[in-house]
Amino acid sequence: MFASKRLGKELSKLQSSTPPGITLVKADDFEEWEMDIRVLDSNPIYNGQTFRLKFRFTPSYPIEPPEVVFVKSDTRPIPMHPHIYTNGIICLDLLDRQGWSPVHNVESVCISLQSMLTSNTKNERPPGDEDFSRRNRLRPRDVNFLFHDNTV
Amino acid sequence: MDSDDEINSVQSSEDDFMDDEDSLGEDFDAVEEPDDFGFSQDKDIKPRKQAYEVDFKVWGPGQIQDQQDKQVEEVSAVIGQPTESTAILLRHARWNKERLIESYMDKRDEVLESSGLSEDKEGSASITKADDFMCDICCEDGKDLDTFAMKCGHRFCVNCYRTYLASKIRDEGEAARIKCPGEGCERIVDSKSLKLLVTEDLKDRYHELLTRTYVDDMNNLKWCPAPDCTYAVECGVKQKDLTKIVPTVTCSCGHHFCFGCSLNDHQPAPCMLVKKWMKKCEDDSETANWISANTKECPKCHSTIEKNGGCNHMTCRKCRHEFCWMCMGVWSEHGTSWYNCNRYEEKSGSDARDAQAKSRQSLERYLHYYNRYANHEQSAKLDKDIYLKTEKKMTQLQSSSNMSWIEVQFLQEASQALQQCRQTLKWTYAFAYYLARNNLTEIFEDNQKDLEMAVENLSEMFEKSTDQLAGLKVEMLDKTSYCKRRRIILLNDTAENLKSGMILIIPNS
Ligand SMILES: [Zn+2]
Ligand SMILES: [Zn+2]
Ligand SMILES: [Zn+2]
Ligand SMILES: [Zn+2]
Repeated sequence: MFASKRLGKELSKLQSSTPPGITLVKADDFEEWEMDIRVLDSNPIYNGQTFRLKFRFTPSYPIEPPEVVFVKSDTRPIPMHPHIYTNGIICLDLLDRQGWSPVHNVESVCISLQSMLTSNTKNERPPGDEDFSRRNRLRPRDVNFLFHDNTV
Repeated sequence: MDSDDEINSVQSSEDDFMDDEDSLGEDFDAVEEPDDFGFSQDKDIKPRKQAYEVDFKVWGPGQIQDQQDKQVEEVSAVIGQPTESTAILLRHARWNKERLIESYMDKRDEVLESSGLSEDKEGSASITKADDFMCDICCEDGKDLDTFAMKCGHRFCVNCYRTYLASKIRDEGEAARIKCPGEGCERIVDSKSLKLLVTEDLKDRYHELLTRTYVDDMNNLKWCPAPDCTYAVECGVKQKDLTKIVPTVTCSCGHHFCFGCSLNDHQPAPCMLVKKWMKKCEDDSETANWISANTKECPKCHSTIEKNGGCNHMTCRKCRHEFCWMCMGVWSEHGTSWYNCNRYEEKSGSDARDAQAKSRQSLERYLHYYNRYANHEQSAKLDKDIYLKTEKKMTQLQSSSNMSWIEVQFLQEASQALQQCRQTLKWTYAFAYYLARNNLTEIFEDNQKDLEMAVENLSEMFEKSTDQLAGLKVEMLDKTSYCKRRRIILLNDTAENLKSGMILIIPNS
């Protein structure tokens, strides 16, 4: 109930307008949404690419952070980034309980991720990516990341 | 837990560890003496502190509260604040009394302000209705909405604030340092605000968590990691000493754990090597998987042999060949000076020139230690299984014969000693993997070998049939106390060398 009231308001706002480079793809219920994001400037790492994000909400959203991952399809790759694993899991303190503030919302998360990509200059995966992507069976929210750095 | 229990437990651990370090030599002699005639004696001999032991004290929940109250009263008397406010100040200062008193004397207003205790000039820390307000959490607006904000000015509706606090307290177990829900705001929700906002049903949980933070904040206190245990252990060993000391403590609940890292007893290996080793084993788990198999081939007739007990002395059912499960070598060599099952023999340098040979050699070296490490872990489990089976049989035997209950206690005693010794042995192999070779390594390996042989001898006795066992009581007791003595010798030796920096660790291994 808590989540649906807030998500309802977020949805009507997103339906009327979204920031440049961010589009609402799917929001059929208050459990799972999909968003597309695209880098606005000409960062050669992401040239011409669009990425798909999947949001999952618990009933206590926005007190609890949503689970946010990149999902892969034929037209939507997983962006190369030193904080994004091949399996789409994102290591970002904003999405962790400690770093999350209930003031954040779907749009602000998209904007944060968009700017995280815009400012990136390293065409690489996090250390230990291969191992983690192969072995990890945990939900993103249950993974304990040691944040590589908190400036991103 | 009633309070009598708590007092008793502390009393006894205090008694055990009253001796200071000067008495080391004396203790060591006592170990060498051929002592007991049985387990009942052990309990009468007052335990002395060994080189590998550290001083510690176990505190019950009531005592932790008393300790806290005492500190609060002390500081309250110095700074002239009521005890309730003093408690808030102390929690905010992470129980650093001296620093709190000092800064309080220096800049009283600032300290009060940052703990949320300053006088409310504009009455800001109260529930009010605000004009032109929309809550950034639930997006509700309206003049009639009850709202709340701390000094930082991040205002939310009371309903959202409550939900937020409840989630922090109930789901995340936070209490003393919950931050303002505002984005990037570092302001701690002070207890006055909490009192105003926390609902009745969460107050008990909140106070319980406050007590917990006391132990969490004190460097010399740690919660016993055993599930559902409510005791805390006090120990003076500092984080920086952990390269030289392995501070193993025993909680009143019976759990042995390392005060440094809260893992299960890992003597004689120091915490950082344990961490390194476990990481390595995890990384190499696939390479090493084949080792944990329960079946191997007899090195002589190649028939399949299954390991069903903890003992590593194997006899092939078919050809009667006797061999060691760990190194697959002939067993008869294990009881003599030829025994070097525990020692890793470096291949001569010449055949390890190229990178491939070098990497194979380093894998072989790792597998040598991992094999033995994993084997003792597995053997400890098998030893326990076999003990439980034996115990069951013995109980049946007891009811059918005239043996009294106390007479099978020696089996339990032996089983416990085996578990503990194998735990130690297991870690000696992880430790040895990181040891640089010098003359001390030989002594270490000799101690390891002696303990290992003692353990295998005792372990082997469990494979005797039940009717034989009753007649082996004296022998088993002898072997049990011999095992314990070998363990103490190994731990003392290693602890002393670790303390004096005589043991060298291979860099970057
Ligand atoms: Zn609200
Ligand atoms: Zn704030
Ligand atoms: Zn305990
Ligand atoms: Zn440790």
